[in-house]
Amino acid sequence: MARRRSAVRPNALPLGLVLPAAALLVLALGYPLVRQVVLSLQEFGLAQQFGQPPEWIGLDNYRALVGDSYLWTVVLRTVLFCFVNAGLTMGIGVGIALLMTRMSTWVRVLVQAGLLLTWATPVVAAMIVWQFLFDTQYGVVNSVLTALGSDHDGHSWLAEPISFFSIATMIVVWMSVPFVVFTTYAALTQVPDDVIEAAEIDGAGAWQRFLHVVVPTVRPVLLVVLLLQIIWDLRVFTQIYTLQKSGGITRDTNLLGTYIYSLGIKGGDFGTAAAAAMFMLVLTVLLTAPYLRIMFRQEED
Amino acid sequence: MSARRTPTPARLLANGLGLVVLVVSVFPVYWMVSRSFLPRNRIRSDEQVWLPTDGTLSNYDRVLSGDGFRNALTTSLSVTLLTVGVALLFAFLAAVAVSRFRFRGRTSFILTLLLIQMIPAEGLFISQYKMLEGVSLLNSVIGLTFVYVASVLPFTVWTLRGFVDGVPRELEEAAMMDGCSRVKAFFTVTLPLLAPGLVATGLFGFIQAWNEFTLALVVMTDPAKETLPVWLVGFSESRSRGVDWGAIMAASTLITIPVIVFFLIVQRRMVSGLTAGAVKG
Repeated sequence: MARRRSAVRPNALPLGLVLPAAALLVLALGYPLVRQVVLSLQEFGLAQQFGQPPEWIGLDNYRALVGDSYLWTVVLRTVLFCFVNAGLTMGIGVGIALLMTRMSTWVRVLVQAGLLLTWATPVVAAMIVWQFLFDTQYGVVNSVLTALGSDHDGHSWLAEPISFFSIATMIVVWMSVPFVVFTTYAALTQVPDDVIEAAEIDGAGAWQRFLHVVVPTVRPVLLVVLLLQIIWDLRVFTQIYTLQKSGGITRDTNLLGTYIYSLGIKGGDFGTAAAAAMFMLVLTVLLTAPYLRIMFRQEED
Repeated sequence: MSARRTPTPARLLANGLGLVVLVVSVFPVYWMVSRSFLPRNRIRSDEQVWLPTDGTLSNYDRVLSGDGFRNALTTSLSVTLLTVGVALLFAFLAAVAVSRFRFRGRTSFILTLLLIQMIPAEGLFISQYKMLEGVSLLNSVIGLTFVYVASVLPFTVWTLRGFVDGVPRELEEAAMMDGCSRVKAFFTVTLPLLAPGLVATGLFGFIQAWNEFTLALVVMTDPAKETLPVWLVGFSESRSRGVDWGAIMAASTLITIPVIVFFLIVQRRMVSGLTAGAVKG
């Protein structure tokens, strides 16, 4: 592409335009990042709650965390939850998108409208409705199951970790699937018809056409969507927090986000919480790196 | 594609599964809205009302007459509108710079934005809390707006930049030939064409700030200062007087309505923007 170069234009104007945004980001995110490193090297104990300045303790917070098997349980649980949710979301989302290419137009329009509604529902509203559906006393799920002959009268879905995480997964997947469906379907409609026809004339079967024409076309989209999904599912907080509030069990259901929250904001141990938050940041950066590489390549084009 | 008159088995199967998807995706929202109109004594487990034919506004009445909702609405509206205003202004300036100029640090600025967008709120809220506490901005609209703008800004710049890219530079140059200054050409030619983009981006920022829960929970610890999402979670937990699911569903519906309206306006742009970036390779 021939790029018109305004080679000798001074940089002052564009830099001035970028300045407000950059300054705000430095103040609201850059400074806390540095502050967090500092916090993670300090001790916040009982004395600090009575106004003593925090003490420097070097890497003790990190040492304590790494030596605590609970942190590893939480990290493992977070990563597992993330992969299960991202996998299910991708599988179901791509499945629905493929189905959409096969259905009658009126069904497809209805499905799109329904998914749009799901996508637009605010997280907190969705959480509360799902809690209502699975409510011990008034929940429609319990009454339907009971009516079908399996006695779920008064069954508490959130009292036990496996069942707790199944509900959480159901809600997270329900909320995330529309994004995957819409992006995948948009990509599928961009597969050129004439290429498919040409492949058909050349004797390629339906499966071969799918594998050699459709898949290569949508692969870049799927890759980006998968990466975003993994990044988003790593930071699930609202869902777990609200379910914990109504379920009561916390220790067996903490993910990294809620763990950091309960350490720092609730417990006042800002040092350990900051150290745990650094884990979360490192984990995010590691998972984000491939996404950034893809975007960087596009930026250079 | 040729339209087939007689549906094949494959199409019938796809249609059937499609209807299942429809029911699963719509049912929770249907349940929320329909329960919000049911009187309290008709929400019970032994006798679920599947298709209510009559209703009451008493649930809405209870929600709207309580102080909690109105306080939270005021806080939410202030924080959201302020966030959108500041983010749009700052992002607009940055987007013009990134789209119209090649300058040193441009690529690193763009990539930093992308990286920032991926940072989870939970990764930084401990130190943001300490920072706001240090300058007495906990429980304040300004404090929450400050961290909200930072979290909305990367996406806003990224999207607006796409819109600025979409206005051909030649239009400005033609106006400059006609004797306009560069600044005047920008304001009279480019800016009006950007209006739809600014509206769409602003609505998206509105949705994000309106829905945000995590930072609001951390920053607004005083119950009198809660935003709507934080208030709603507390409201649904306050079971001292027995659970009033009708009122909880009414409150959830009220919070959802503006989001759905705005979402329908912006979603087409969101989807096309997301894939346009990704299909390129």
